[in-house]
Amino acid sequence: MRIGFLHSIIRKDEKLILHEFAKRKKVELTLLDDRKMIFDTSNTFHKLDAVIERSINHSRALYAISFFESQGIKCFNSANVANICGNKLLTSVALENNNVPQPQVKLAFTAKSALDAIESMGYPVVLKPIVGSWGRLLAKINDRNAAEAILEHKTILGSYHHSIFYIQKYIEIKGQDIRSFVVGDECIAAIYRKSDHWITNTSRGGIASNCPLSRQISELSLRAAKAVGGGILAIDLFETEDGMLVNEVNYTMEFKNSIDVTGVNIPAKIVSFVLENIYQDD
Amino acid sequence: MMKTTCLICDGLLQFQKDTILNEIILCDDCGTELEVISIDPPKVAEAPMEEEDWGQ
Repeated sequence: MRIGFLHSIIRKDEKLILHEFAKRKKVELTLLDDRKMIFDTSNTFHKLDAVIERSINHSRALYAISFFESQGIKCFNSANVANICGNKLLTSVALENNNVPQPQVKLAFTAKSALDAIESMGYPVVLKPIVGSWGRLLAKINDRNAAEAILEHKTILGSYHHSIFYIQKYIEIKGQDIRSFVVGDECIAAIYRKSDHWITNTSRGGIASNCPLSRQISELSLRAAKAVGGGILAIDLFETEDGMLVNEVNYTMEFKNSIDVTGVNIPAKIVSFVLENIYQDD
Repeated sequence: MMKTTCLICDGLLQFQKDTILNEIILCDDCGTELEVISIDPPKVAEAPMEEEDWGQ
């Protein structure tokens, strides 16, 4: 099997996947550095059976796999999944359409309408960039004064997509949330992410520990994964007194901090899934 | 083992046996993130700065 490995910088996550591919027989891996590639509609990659996407940039990942798919090459994950998961509104819509519980969300395009939306939701709320990760540029807004200031700053200082105001009701998570890992039809592991800060991302200092897989976590994670199109996905979950909510779904999952604490060989699961599904129809 | 020096502090960098192209490594002396841009001869560059659409 000839597999393209789309990447930019190689983090520990990518290295672990590469090591796992190297152990498998009859796999010919081609490294595709997105910083060096030139995509041309007359340029063909027909020698590849599949591409696994591990770019660190969402935009590059989305355009590259869209291109590969246009040439009939199967991609893990698909461009449709990347498009939905890389955009918080499209994720919210997909979850809503599939009755997957999530925090209340509103969208507005002007500072005035965004302020009206926030006031109707009640404080606190979280303002998120429509595209972005690692907790970057998230703003927890506790009152009207903060709302007015942040909306004005975003409108004047930000590029156009920062004036697409994605507003999420703030959920009190008592210092921890859950990240679960879905590969195909299986929820393979989950971690708690604990932090003194309201942002729990491990890239921002959140500490990972094992979260035993309950039936509720597995079922909700699989429903969320299916809602966005399925594949290799990491699901962020909030535990609340009224039940569990899906916060986000990630399509280029980062797992390096989750292998030791869960005891699950996540890269091996990813590679097996890719190899077993290359010739499966979506 | 391949050796080179940090671009920032001139500290010694030693590639591991399994170091690969484009891997991100840390300088033990100054903590700078570096990208391996060549294995033989060993060369590193400063790792790219985080961009707005990075990560998951």
